[in-house]
Amino acid sequence: MNLFQDALNWILDPANYAGPGGIPVRLVEHLVFTVAAVLMACAIAIPVGFLIGHTGRGRSLAVATSGGLRAIPTLGLLTLVALWVGIGLGAPSVALTVLAIPPILAGAYAGFEAIDRSVIDSARSVGMSESQIVRTVEIPLGMPLLIAGIRSATLQVIATATLAAYVADIGLGRFLFAGLKTRDYAEMLGGSLLVILLALTLEGIFTVMQRLVVPRGVASGRTPVDRARSARPVPGMDPAITKGTH
Amino acid sequence: MIEFRSVSKQFPDGTRAVDDFSLTLPSHRTTVLVGSSGSGKTTLLRMINRMVDPSGGTIEIDGADIAQLEPVQLRRSIGYVMQNSGLLPHRTVIDNVATVPLLRGVPRKKARADALALLDTVGLDQTLAARYPSQLSGGQQQRVGVARGLAVNPNILLMDEPFGAVDPIVRAELQQELIRLQSELGKTVVFVTHDIEEAFLLGDQVVILRDGGRIAQVGAPADILADPADDFVASFIGADRGKRALHLERRGDSDLLLDSEGRLAGVLVMPGTSAPSPDSPAPR
Amino acid sequence: MTWIWANLDLLWDRTLDHLVLSVPPIMLSFLIAVPLGWLANRYRAGRGVILTASGLLYAIPSLPLFFVIPAVVGTSLRSPLNLVIALTLYGVALMVRVVADGLASVDEDVRQSAVAVGYSGWSTFWQVELPLAGPVLLAGLRVVAVSTVSLATVGAVIGAQSLGSLFTDGFQRGIQAEIIAGIVLTVALALLLDGALVLLGRLLLPWTRLAATSRRALRVSRSAEGSG
Repeated sequence: MNLFQDALNWILDPANYAGPGGIPVRLVEHLVFTVAAVLMACAIAIPVGFLIGHTGRGRSLAVATSGGLRAIPTLGLLTLVALWVGIGLGAPSVALTVLAIPPILAGAYAGFEAIDRSVIDSARSVGMSESQIVRTVEIPLGMPLLIAGIRSATLQVIATATLAAYVADIGLGRFLFAGLKTRDYAEMLGGSLLVILLALTLEGIFTVMQRLVVPRGVASGRTPVDRARSARPVPGMDPAITKGTH
Repeated sequence: MIEFRSVSKQFPDGTRAVDDFSLTLPSHRTTVLVGSSGSGKTTLLRMINRMVDPSGGTIEIDGADIAQLEPVQLRRSIGYVMQNSGLLPHRTVIDNVATVPLLRGVPRKKARADALALLDTVGLDQTLAARYPSQLSGGQQQRVGVARGLAVNPNILLMDEPFGAVDPIVRAELQQELIRLQSELGKTVVFVTHDIEEAFLLGDQVVILRDGGRIAQVGAPADILADPADDFVASFIGADRGKRALHLERRGDSDLLLDSEGRLAGVLVMPGTSAPSPDSPAPR
Repeated sequence: MTWIWANLDLLWDRTLDHLVLSVPPIMLSFLIAVPLGWLANRYRAGRGVILTASGLLYAIPSLPLFFVIPAVVGTSLRSPLNLVIALTLYGVALMVRVVADGLASVDEDVRQSAVAVGYSGWSTFWQVELPLAGPVLLAGLRVVAVSTVSLATVGAVIGAQSLGSLFTDGFQRGIQAEIIAGIVLTVALALLLDGALVLLGRLLLPWTRLAATSRRALRVSRSAEGSG
């Protein structure tokens, strides 16, 4: 436990809070970088996912693509793009966005698909237009799974953003690699704990968010067990949604 | 012989499924427990193989208190057939039938040979042996279920609404099949249903249950029909609506049987004259 | 391309390193997750604790975990054991929920009937519940396999040799072909293990293959029954 004490001392040392390489700056970098990549991925994946979910077309292509992307090692993608565009922020941005797309896409269309067909049928039969069906029925009911997708994308991007410090001067990952180079275990471990803390905090925020977006009628009709289950997506059900490659 | 003595069952959530139930079920006869949902009929049935243990009272099989018997061993000695057949979806038909003999340590080869013979007994083609349950129709699955129940040659066969999930035509076939089987095998059958027609058709002894497992009337079908104990029984068997009170009406050359509201119930046929096909279900 | 032909031995060695790193965690996570998932499915209180813990564990990024484990269990940072432990933890985190859900998905009628014909508690689990949860478990294990193979490459940045070493080496020396070869081999290895699991599933779960053909067979047998 001595090692953890050293790491804690490192985290609490005021000297590590100053300047462009200090903990606050690195933390903000990490967070901004993560949020930007997730938002970019959302902008691409959500419309496409809704379209696939609503029309049912292109599903097998989407499944195959996200499945294939899942097998690609993030470190390989990072280093390869870094060789192409040079060291800097460009490579990680591209890599992170690409990695965030599959879970969000899967969450978007799976959310639509999980809706009972008779609900959609009845919405159509009372005279709703297709766009009204999407807006008033499919999006609200599909929201929990979409958020689950964004959640797993975010976790994956945080992890990969740490790794991005290998090819770019950014984020909390710098402490890990700097410590590794100088054999300063306190710095490595301290940096690691900060990343873990960040990840768990976001995980907690998403847990709360996921409960909040369940429409009230849907939530009240379920037992507490069901709700606890839906709070995290079921890997066995649709691995593409929950899977993060770290 | 199965004997219930002042048996009661209260579930942990407080519901009293059965209250002070006493009954003797004679050996080699079919006893049908009939009642609507909530009458405790399934609970009573499941007490016999200790799927449910009573909260009070005792149950004896041939004089032995089953509370003293080891549940798993007891279950392996009693045949059990349930609705939706309850077959193991990952075992072939033949392995499903051989399940219990294998559990009891019968060599695989013998268990399979016996199981194959049992398929004949329940009227299934042996070519179905290698199929999985999902590849059979509902009626075939139910026959496999019966074969599995018979596999250890048990004295007692428990049947929990076994024909509840199949369509009326197949149900009628299965009922006739059970009557034929029972006339050959003479098991002590305990049969649960909510269908009074089925109860009268199959039961030597019919037990009509009210809520909470209270007995409304016990007797042979003819006795119950002839003399319903009270309004509840009369209503349950349809006597109050005149469904059972038939009268004759002459139409051309035939004598028609009509109920009190004038609905056709059947045709009167003198012995020796041409009768309707015995296979067709009884006209209502 | 010329780089690849000149370094086939290296590629082969790294592939073997990678197998050694990734296969044990896949198997271990299954073995550990089954009892935990059973507990989570069986006891409501256990369910909350086990599933929350595995959810949080799964949220921890891999690289930081590689640094934390040596501090906890005392392994050396660069040792393969360190990586195997971390990858197993991820596999378990993912698999526990799958096992719990798979066991919960077993038809209650079937379970009840197994008990009714005289399966004991132990044999009900091994001979009925576990095989019937098989398809769900297999799906989960396939995800674990693919993600473990992919995750194992990350260990390269702390010096654990694997196909990931081709990324770090290729990046530092500016050899694109080396990185691409690494990506291709990683994906190929993932697909290979995935395929092996599918094959294993066909052997162990033969009844699941019939789902597609059974409807046709059912029609045929129905008409046969009707005529007989």
